[in-house]
Amino acid sequence: MDKPAMPNSFRTGPDEQGMFGIFGGRFVAETLMPLILDLEEQWNKAKNDPEFKAELQNLSTHYAGRPSKLYFAEGLTRHLGGAKVYFKREDLNHTGSHKINNCLGQILLAKRMGKKRIIAETGAGQHGVASATVAARFDYPCVVYMGATDVARQSPNVFRMKLLGAEVRPVTAGHGTLKDAMNEALRDWVTNVEDTYYLIGTAAGPHPYPELVRDFQSVIGTEARAQMLEQEGRLPDVIIACVGGGSNAIGLFHPFLDDRQVRIIGVEAGGRGLNGVEHCASMNAGKPGVLHGNRTYLLQNSDGQILDGHSISAGLDYPGVGPEHSWLRDSGRVEYVPILDDEALEAFQLTTRVEGIIPALESAHAIAHAMKIVPAMDKDQIVIVNLSGRGDKDVHTVANMLGMEI
Amino acid sequence: MTTRIDRRMAKLKSEGRPALVTYFMGGDPDYDTSLSIMKALPGAGSDIIELGMPFSDPMADGPAIQAAGLRALKGGQTLVKTLKMASEFRAGDDETPIVLMGYYNPIYIYGVDRFLADAKASGIDGLIVVDLPPEMDEELCIPALKAGINFIRLATPTTDDKRLPKVLQNTSGFVYYVSMTGITGSALADTAKVAAAVKRIKGHTVLPVCVGFGVKTAEQARVIGASADGVVVGTAIVNAVANVLGPKGEKTADPADAVATLVSGLSQGVRSARLAAAE
Repeated sequence: MDKPAMPNSFRTGPDEQGMFGIFGGRFVAETLMPLILDLEEQWNKAKNDPEFKAELQNLSTHYAGRPSKLYFAEGLTRHLGGAKVYFKREDLNHTGSHKINNCLGQILLAKRMGKKRIIAETGAGQHGVASATVAARFDYPCVVYMGATDVARQSPNVFRMKLLGAEVRPVTAGHGTLKDAMNEALRDWVTNVEDTYYLIGTAAGPHPYPELVRDFQSVIGTEARAQMLEQEGRLPDVIIACVGGGSNAIGLFHPFLDDRQVRIIGVEAGGRGLNGVEHCASMNAGKPGVLHGNRTYLLQNSDGQILDGHSISAGLDYPGVGPEHSWLRDSGRVEYVPILDDEALEAFQLTTRVEGIIPALESAHAIAHAMKIVPAMDKDQIVIVNLSGRGDKDVHTVANMLGMEI
Repeated sequence: MTTRIDRRMAKLKSEGRPALVTYFMGGDPDYDTSLSIMKALPGAGSDIIELGMPFSDPMADGPAIQAAGLRALKGGQTLVKTLKMASEFRAGDDETPIVLMGYYNPIYIYGVDRFLADAKASGIDGLIVVDLPPEMDEELCIPALKAGINFIRLATPTTDDKRLPKVLQNTSGFVYYVSMTGITGSALADTAKVAAAVKRIKGHTVLPVCVGFGVKTAEQARVIGASADGVVVGTAIVNAVANVLGPKGEKTADPADAVATLVSGLSQGVRSARLAAAE
């Protein structure tokens, strides 16, 4: 494929058709089209409405606890012996991950649109918990679709969602992971299109979701950039985030895209290695295709059938990726690298021991890549790792991997 | 330029009855059985055949068609084989229109230009691609029309009068009205509402309007066929196949016979539709 020409800015997408280059778009059934157009119109009004912005700002501050801290990870820095490592502490947000940023924004949109019911899909359960949380706060009935495999490996989050009043519907199709949950959520939406708002959790799906989720998550990068300038008086050399669908990553990356001196790295789930099919590294080992409303890099076979993939981390266990990442990959602005299950597990344990922070297994993928590159960097260089969520939900999985019973 | 679909629809109009459009899943449960089902359809009374292209993630389909697609994929079906099935059918029947129905990704991966050339050569007359709304017409719809293949669009209860012209603009062959907001195989909507919707759409187009989603019985086919130019049955046919498969996928009876029996009954329904309406 031809490389797209280098744009003047990497921050202007998507175009009016919802495309980032060849990626993105609106590949949905006709039943959903009028709704998606309505959502786009409402979103365009809301994003410039001072009242909407003020309400979101107020909730972000007093409900979610923003701004999240930019924390100098001194223990990890000392351990690695190279560049200074900072964590953007999205794990400290209400509900324990970055997902709340997007959910607060979208629930306010749902309210503006007069919707009566919220549906969501979830992998690790972080987005499901955040959706159930805002649904409780704004008094909406909420149904969360979750792959049956994920229901089993993320049981603490399943219980949290139920406590919050959401109905969790396990999906047994496919491997019972995020892809299957998203199919089922789309089926619900197409059936209940009149009164239902689909609260998509990642920067993927049909336009305008990739754009609006990115904009709600960009608070991460906007804060981190300002905090870094204030704390160190300069921009970081490298920023790193994990990429499943890629909402925490696009949130961190987007405000830095035109700072050309900042190296940007997205970390995909390498699972058990890229040679087989047990990974979720769609941008390293997949090719462009159409799924869930957008064109993007996908794991698929030669007949265009989507593969299930594998990751130790339920939140990264998705065979696609948000379309803006696909575009950033092809344009060369962002590097995307794989991290294996074992490497993520090691980063999880190390961070817990030297920082006293239990990171989500998703975030541990980003830390694992920092562990690879930081030792070879100069001590006066700076790396920001997005600590997208806390790892309490993963302790069962980790214990299992380590052969321990809890 | 007229296609087999245009000619068949014109013929049925002159006969004063609606078309019976039958959907089945290509390759379910295996290639040979599926081809025998396809060959049995015209004799049982099917006027237009919708040949399903299996896809791993059928987002607009209910459990029955999801399961049929998975059986077909497990049986080794690919888009290459689906096209081959059409051309084998075509060798013995040059009249019955074939419409391919499915999702875009397998076509995109096959390559749009190559796909259209091969589809045309295999005797395909039309395409229904669920996840390509008019906003994405440049992808496949426009190239298909140029290649002489009808692009049949779905109109739904959410397609209002303001949007209908956009949906109809590049549609050809017929318009497929989805009777409800929902997935395939759900319960049939209020038939009076469906009739009103058909009338509304016909106010915007001269194309025939066929109605699908939820039609399972001859009686339903008769009622829907009283106002529509065609009745589409899918899930009931796919279920007729599933019903003669044992727990391990073994055939307990001939699936082609089971489908033919069902389609014969449905055919009686559409053939009595206008008689009933005239009474």
